[in-house]
Amino acid sequence: MSVVITQIFNGFSLGSILLFVAIGLAVTFGLMGVINMAHGELIMVGAYMTYVVQQIFSKYAPQALEYYFFAAIPAAFFVSALLGWGLEQLLIRHLYHRPLDSLLATWGVSLILQQIVRIIFGAPNVAVLPPGWLDGGIRVAGVVFPYKRLFILAFVILSIFALYVYLTKTPVGRRIRAVTLNRDMASCLGISTRKVDAYAFAIGSGFAGLAGCALTLLGPIGPTIGTYYIVDAFMVVILGGIGKLIGTVLGAFGIGLVSTLMEYSTSATIAKVIMFALIIAFLQWKPSGLVSMKTRSLD
Amino acid sequence: MIKKGWLYWLFFLALFAAPFYLTEFRLSLLGKFLCFAMIAIGLSLLWGYTGILSLGHGVYFGLGAYCMAMYLKLESAPGRLPDFMEWSGVNKLPWFWKPFEHPLFAISSAIIIPVLLAAFLSYFTFKNRIKGVYFSLLSQAVVVVFVTLFIGKQEWTGGTNGLTNFSTVFGFLLSSPLTQIVLYWITVCLLLLIFLFSRWLTVSRFGRVLVAIRDGENRVRFLGFNPTTYKVFVYSLSAAFAALAGVMFVLQVGLISPAMMGIIPSIEMVLWVAVGGRSSLIGAVIGAIVTNSAKSFFSENYPDIWLLFLGGLFIGVVMFLPNGLAGIYESLKQRKRHGEGRTHEAGSHVSRSVGGF
Repeated sequence: MSVVITQIFNGFSLGSILLFVAIGLAVTFGLMGVINMAHGELIMVGAYMTYVVQQIFSKYAPQALEYYFFAAIPAAFFVSALLGWGLEQLLIRHLYHRPLDSLLATWGVSLILQQIVRIIFGAPNVAVLPPGWLDGGIRVAGVVFPYKRLFILAFVILSIFALYVYLTKTPVGRRIRAVTLNRDMASCLGISTRKVDAYAFAIGSGFAGLAGCALTLLGPIGPTIGTYYIVDAFMVVILGGIGKLIGTVLGAFGIGLVSTLMEYSTSATIAKVIMFALIIAFLQWKPSGLVSMKTRSLD
Repeated sequence: MIKKGWLYWLFFLALFAAPFYLTEFRLSLLGKFLCFAMIAIGLSLLWGYTGILSLGHGVYFGLGAYCMAMYLKLESAPGRLPDFMEWSGVNKLPWFWKPFEHPLFAISSAIIIPVLLAAFLSYFTFKNRIKGVYFSLLSQAVVVVFVTLFIGKQEWTGGTNGLTNFSTVFGFLLSSPLTQIVLYWITVCLLLLIFLFSRWLTVSRFGRVLVAIRDGENRVRFLGFNPTTYKVFVYSLSAAFAALAGVMFVLQVGLISPAMMGIIPSIEMVLWVAVGGRSSLIGAVIGAIVTNSAKSFFSENYPDIWLLFLGGLFIGVVMFLPNGLAGIYESLKQRKRHGEGRTHEAGSHVSRSVGGF
């Protein structure tokens, strides 16, 4: 029994990490249709921001070091969002009608960002010490739930909730959804699509920063941390379906649960191979993913 | 057209004569780049003509190279286990390694296996009308699957190190300069054949259907064509080119590892085509040679900043040269043809293809 609970918990934990790296993409790729290959590097920027904030705290406010994480979260969000906003203004803006080109250009951006981080912080990984109050875990029915993983789970649920409220209840969020549904019509009705694009891209990038912040709790971070997650993140968004947040949530937890189950019965390598093969096969059956917007358009 | 054809022949003649004016080291580099040019031609057919961007051609390149490398590995130590298997504690040759003792089997399966895989994947994907960005990302997932598998099954594939340390091919010493020159010439011949075949294909009716699929797949479907057949064919063909490139690559470079078929090489392949001009076959060849020369020059001389340069190249080409180097040539030619009386209009052509947006 405890094995089953552990496996399910591990599945949810992996799912929450996948969800975190994919929410930002769900906005930029799912809503705006831009393939941002630099998404992984925006995650990396968030992770390094957390490192920087920790260094600042340990130097100037060592008595508050335990709570540096609460300063790191907004710092990671805003720096990544700002970077994403700049990226949109300089580059992506010109590529909205050329998605495959946006893929190539943002891949170039990701190479540059990686190299810049290597120049500033050095090529080796840096370790971020998680706050002490996240050590240990709760023991329920013989199973230990680590605080760190519970924290990430709660963090991602809160983030998704905030994004949902933002998209459905605020005027800017509604405009973003309007542009997603029908760009030309939205533009005719007086919505400045250029402004909305910039907002949406900044928000998506900011969530990538939050994901980076969360990843620092799990292990050391390095310049290539983004490349580890970028393909997984795209798979989550594609499997979940474009344009609906709930699809991304289902996709992430689905992949998380199934792959931990398979890892239990086979090796990690084979589990990854089977998982990806299953996703590819599933998309043959349902090309638009688990949840998708109904549309009557031809293309 | 006739004048242009003359230029092509001059270009290939220069490639044929390369052993006479290049040093051994430069020649082996050029041979490697010509293998890449084969992949680039296939990708140009696929992306430039048909509008399918594959981020997974590293897999076909890698499979072709691995099949050839398995033969080379077995030939180098006849009757004995490959060294990495001994280190991993395998004491018997796995059954699927056995047939690779025969060179004919190795070479034919080096082409057939990747083509079958490509046909299988693309048939189901295109039949279900998965296209554009989704296809690109799925093909990227295929790369992840294969790289994970090849690294994970270390006892069968040599893991991260890949297959290396070959000594002979068909009894000829791989390290001798003469073998290398002959292999280089074979590569040039294959490249020429691939180029001529692809050019014939693009000017034929078939090629026009490909362009029609790129520009309006649904209209092609309404006209009674089945785009799936065309797309599967051109995808498998480009996989065959990539596999052949892998075979020649492993013969000349003497090494294949998962790092050469992963996500980064697969995306770089697309860059070669983008730099050269995606809808120009000769552009793809030149793009592969120019990009890789620039890469080896910059990584030799500026190892710290060459990634910045590579990234900048990606952005620059996409933003300012959407039609690549071939695009510059075309617009210059257009300006010349229009003559002086219409320079104004010709100027706008140039700015359109150079400015991009």
